[in-house]
Amino acid sequence: MPKEYHLTTPLSEDSVRRLSSRDVVYLTGRIYGIRDATQRRIFGENIEPPVSFTGYPCLHTAPNVKKVGSKYIKLCIGTTTSTRMEKYSPQLITKYGARAIIGKGGLLKESLKAMHEYGAVYLAIVGGAAALQTTQIEEIEAVYWEDLFPECIWQFRVKNFGPLIVAMSSHNESIYSEIRDRAHQRLPKILTDLTFKN
Amino acid sequence: MLSRVIEDTARNLYIRALKVLPPDVKQALDKAYEVETESPGKEILGTMLKNIKVAEKTDNILCQDTGTPIYFLRIGTKFPLEMTEIMERIRTGCQRATIEHPLRPNVVHPITRTNTHTNVGTLIPIIYLDFVSKIDYLEMMMVPKGSGSENQSFLKMLVPAERLSGIKKFVIESVIKAGANPCPPGVIGVGIGGTFELCAMLATRASMIRQIGSSHPEEKIAALESQLLVAANQTGIGPMGLGGNVTALALHIEMADTHITQMPVAVNFQCWVARRAGARIYSKGKIEYIWDFGRE
Repeated sequence: MPKEYHLTTPLSEDSVRRLSSRDVVYLTGRIYGIRDATQRRIFGENIEPPVSFTGYPCLHTAPNVKKVGSKYIKLCIGTTTSTRMEKYSPQLITKYGARAIIGKGGLLKESLKAMHEYGAVYLAIVGGAAALQTTQIEEIEAVYWEDLFPECIWQFRVKNFGPLIVAMSSHNESIYSEIRDRAHQRLPKILTDLTFKN
Repeated sequence: MLSRVIEDTARNLYIRALKVLPPDVKQALDKAYEVETESPGKEILGTMLKNIKVAEKTDNILCQDTGTPIYFLRIGTKFPLEMTEIMERIRTGCQRATIEHPLRPNVVHPITRTNTHTNVGTLIPIIYLDFVSKIDYLEMMMVPKGSGSENQSFLKMLVPAERLSGIKKFVIESVIKAGANPCPPGVIGVGIGGTFELCAMLATRASMIRQIGSSHPEEKIAALESQLLVAANQTGIGPMGLGGNVTALALHIEMADTHITQMPVAVNFQCWVARRAGARIYSKGKIEYIWDFGRE
């Protein structure tokens, strides 16, 4: 049976290794928002990020915000498709120490391998449910690389951020591949049934 | 005066679409929650329903992706404003929504990736035009199209030898290929026939502006819509691609005739936040909000 966990960041290797696929997680504490352009700079241009991601969850996002003075105020903060960023994710885990990647759509084989080796998980958020998730973000604590706006590094403080479903675990489990394999197994019968309905 | 009404409506519909889901979409999601049996699919649908309530309560936009702005227009030939003026006013309204609300700017140059910061750019917003004779009003349907679903678009120039079964196979394989990415369960739009460009546009219209629960007027096509919807749900992709018996809320087909040698088919996905907002603008400046084109 899937379990429910309320975890505080930074996450330890132990707390992450304990998670199995389909467990539900709620996070409290600091998390970082990153996206395509942020990671193109880190991994494409080899520029070191100004903060340490070690132990922290990284959320695939580019938020709607309002700038008041030098402070960013949240308007609507939600999540983007992770699969586009598969290229960078193994290194984000092994080199920069992210213990969790939060997103939608999932990551692929190389990331799953990195999660197994280093001890990390992929947490699936409910995509599109940004109005709800915005209420769980207490504050935008800091913003780095503002020139990449809206794809900066966002430092958020969250409270009971979730539900997040463990969709890829450190035990080589991926719900995405499981569901895709099941769909491919079902495909021949689905198509046969459709053919008889000509 | 009427120009200003067009501009204000283009602005207001963008924001309205981002905040208020059409009633047919809400009903379809309620029903999906009832019929979903798998876990975590049911819990995910529960969170989606909760999000709709929170957005209404906090007057916030539903999803952070403010999309690519698309305006579908249905213009009465007796509507007393020049086309160029209408299109220019829509561009201004779209830009004002982005700056005044403010909304996340998504529109960038495809190569340099430079952001215009207005959600207006070269040929963006996209404006589709249809004309209706003898009426004196204009209908505007605004769709902020999210990229998660738009990135899952597929088109194939099938040949006639592949027959109807080839079309069915392409549609269902596209559903599996798209998997978790288009934020299921949403609307699957299928275009059949025409040319490359027309076929893609038909799929776009099918996924974005038709009401959930509507059927194609041609009986054979309507039957194909129901068959393919059942089949899409049998894949078990489920809510957010994490498994379940609801993968789509609806499957719509739009078709055009085609060349003797051709059988193009296109699939375009709309996410569960299937946003659209419309208005009818009369020539005297009166505005009525609508959810569907051409309803009396």
